[in-house]
Amino acid sequence: MTDTFDRNARPASTLPHFVSQEPFNPYEAEALTPEQERIYLASGWKMMWWKLKRHKVAVASGIFLLLMYLSILFTEILAPYNSTTRHADYLYAPPQGIHLFHDGKFIGPFVYGYDSEANLKTFRWDYRVNRDKVYPLRFFCQGDPYDLYGLIPMRFHLVCPAKDGVFFPLGTDRLGRDMLSRIIYGTRISLTVGLIGITISFILGITLGGIAGYFGGWIDSAIQRVIEVLRSLPELPLWLALSAALPVNWSPIVIYFGITIILGLLDWPGLARSVRSKFMALREEDFTTAAVLMGAKPSRVIGRHLVPNFMSHLIASATLSVPAMILGETALSFLGLGLRPPITSWGVLLNEAQNLAAIEFHPWIITPMIPVILVILAFNFLGDGLRDAADPYH
Amino acid sequence: MLRYIVKRLLVMIPTLFVISVLTFIIIQLPPGDYLSNQIAELKARGEAAGLEKLQFLRAEYGFDEPWYVQYGRWVGLLPGPHGFSGLLQGNWGWSFEHQRPVEEVVGDGLMLTIVLNAAVVLFIYIVSFPIGIYSATRQYSIADYGFTFLGYLGLATPNFLLGLALLYFFNVWFGISVGGLMDPSYIGQPMSWGKFWSILAHLIVPVVVIGTTGTAAMIRRLRANLLDELHKQYVTTARAKGLSETKVLWKYPLRMALNPFVSDIGNLLPSLVSGSVIVSVVLNLPTIGPVLLDALTSQDQYLAGFILLFVTVLTLVGMLVSDILLAVLDPRIRLGGEVRK
Repeated sequence: MTDTFDRNARPASTLPHFVSQEPFNPYEAEALTPEQERIYLASGWKMMWWKLKRHKVAVASGIFLLLMYLSILFTEILAPYNSTTRHADYLYAPPQGIHLFHDGKFIGPFVYGYDSEANLKTFRWDYRVNRDKVYPLRFFCQGDPYDLYGLIPMRFHLVCPAKDGVFFPLGTDRLGRDMLSRIIYGTRISLTVGLIGITISFILGITLGGIAGYFGGWIDSAIQRVIEVLRSLPELPLWLALSAALPVNWSPIVIYFGITIILGLLDWPGLARSVRSKFMALREEDFTTAAVLMGAKPSRVIGRHLVPNFMSHLIASATLSVPAMILGETALSFLGLGLRPPITSWGVLLNEAQNLAAIEFHPWIITPMIPVILVILAFNFLGDGLRDAADPYH
Repeated sequence: MLRYIVKRLLVMIPTLFVISVLTFIIIQLPPGDYLSNQIAELKARGEAAGLEKLQFLRAEYGFDEPWYVQYGRWVGLLPGPHGFSGLLQGNWGWSFEHQRPVEEVVGDGLMLTIVLNAAVVLFIYIVSFPIGIYSATRQYSIADYGFTFLGYLGLATPNFLLGLALLYFFNVWFGISVGGLMDPSYIGQPMSWGKFWSILAHLIVPVVVIGTTGTAAMIRRLRANLLDELHKQYVTTARAKGLSETKVLWKYPLRMALNPFVSDIGNLLPSLVSGSVIVSVVLNLPTIGPVLLDALTSQDQYLAGFILLFVTVLTLVGMLVSDILLAVLDPRIRLGGEVRK
């Protein structure tokens, strides 16, 4: 071993010793561009929103539903008439077409008036369009008086009929009440039924599903049995029986809450089941073990670590079960066991359309069907979109 | 296999018990009962005649006893004034409103309800099977999009509104009434071929109306399952071996996709039975739906209770059948293994 190779010998032409004074960033190699950072560090909710935005139909449905729910705040202003205003001269009047031109002249949106005549053969009123009665619509006008939010007396409406005219774009019902106004008033009740019902079902579902999933054991099997029994029951007959049990002498508003509670009481099993299975999966995760080891109480583990992890899934499935509640209320009221007048919901309106004779002679009284179907369709599309979006990593 | 069925039947007993208690509590919920309402009415009118009979009936049915005694007598677990005589002994109770035994009031309605629901299940299978396979094997074709859209509509349209709409449009377009169970000229006539066909023709609309939602759900499910299977490796292997497309489909993926197809009908049944109740009211079908509605409004408790119990048992039996079918199809289930979802 001769010293031909000296490890410590430096070549003569070496660079001078250099130490960079700049601060050292150990993560430099993994640095993200701002664009990447935006994506990689986004919260779950943001990811969900990006994914949802790509689903055009779901977004459109969401906007439609938002508008519908917003309209609840301005029901009285949007409706041309009050829901109880009767027009004794216009019982079962057919819908009036909205025209723009009269005698070749443009006079803005208007409707033609009706001449009515009692038909003694059929015992009904016959309505003929009278082309001489021109009722131009008024906008941002004074009409039927009402109390906004039950407090502020007002007469302001978006659209009103001409001063001495009428405006029934969807016809009138048995008592001469404007169908369009009644449908707009019905929106308020029909749409909120689903929200209150889902809140109840959500609370029950998360609590019971959470308890079953977190603790397991005999509590789990007991809750599972209850869920199984409830899920095997046909919903509608049960809803019928329960709402028939609501005392007749309760006020309509109490009945309304009773019905929403009934709808919520039977809906939670599905939700509880999905909560339970999510819990089962999540409680095996490392972060849960870590939280438990650090001495977190069950309530904190559930509320802080588990629930936020599948909230998006829950919201998606809740969106999908709201339409079932809206339909439930509609069906109950339609059969006469749900809400009762003077409360107006779409189902209450459809209650008048129960027999063939009514539909045959006055087909416009089934128009409340249209908003029902639209809202349910919109909820389904939005729910599907949310469900896809709730899995942002897919 | 036999062991599985016996086990499955034994599980049903506690379920039935719980459900019967639940049903009884629900029909007991409204304050008062049919008889005390009648008595109050008679007293208000100052009539004494008939009062005694009502009082007698009240005592007979033990309306003043606690609810569990009444329940026991109704089901036949506790002796009444005439010994054991309840549902278990074949006594279905007395309808106060109709003044007849419950079995006479519901009578043919029961049979018709079963026939209607069975027809709906059959309809769902027959329609959704070919459409589901077609949609899955020709994914993203125009027809697939069409069926998907129809499926959405079918899922969203409430069946009783569909019934209402059909009632109207059939009347306007064809001038025929789709309501009722048979042509009015056959009512009260003895059974004949003409009457039979008339009943069959009148069943088509309700079956379609009740079945739409279920069909839409089934098509979606079958399509999704089949698509999952079609992308698996064994399908590629089968193709590589040179099997024809049809044979590949029938031999492997379809059998896998069939499993949930059978088990799902059990999950759908409660909503189908619900649907048949309300659609019967709309289309004026003499099933037990309209009878239930009447009984509930007039607090005719034994009639309402019996019908509620009947529709529940109907769903339970349906689920049992679907479970047994599933066990026949899938050996993992009857051998006590876990189902792969």
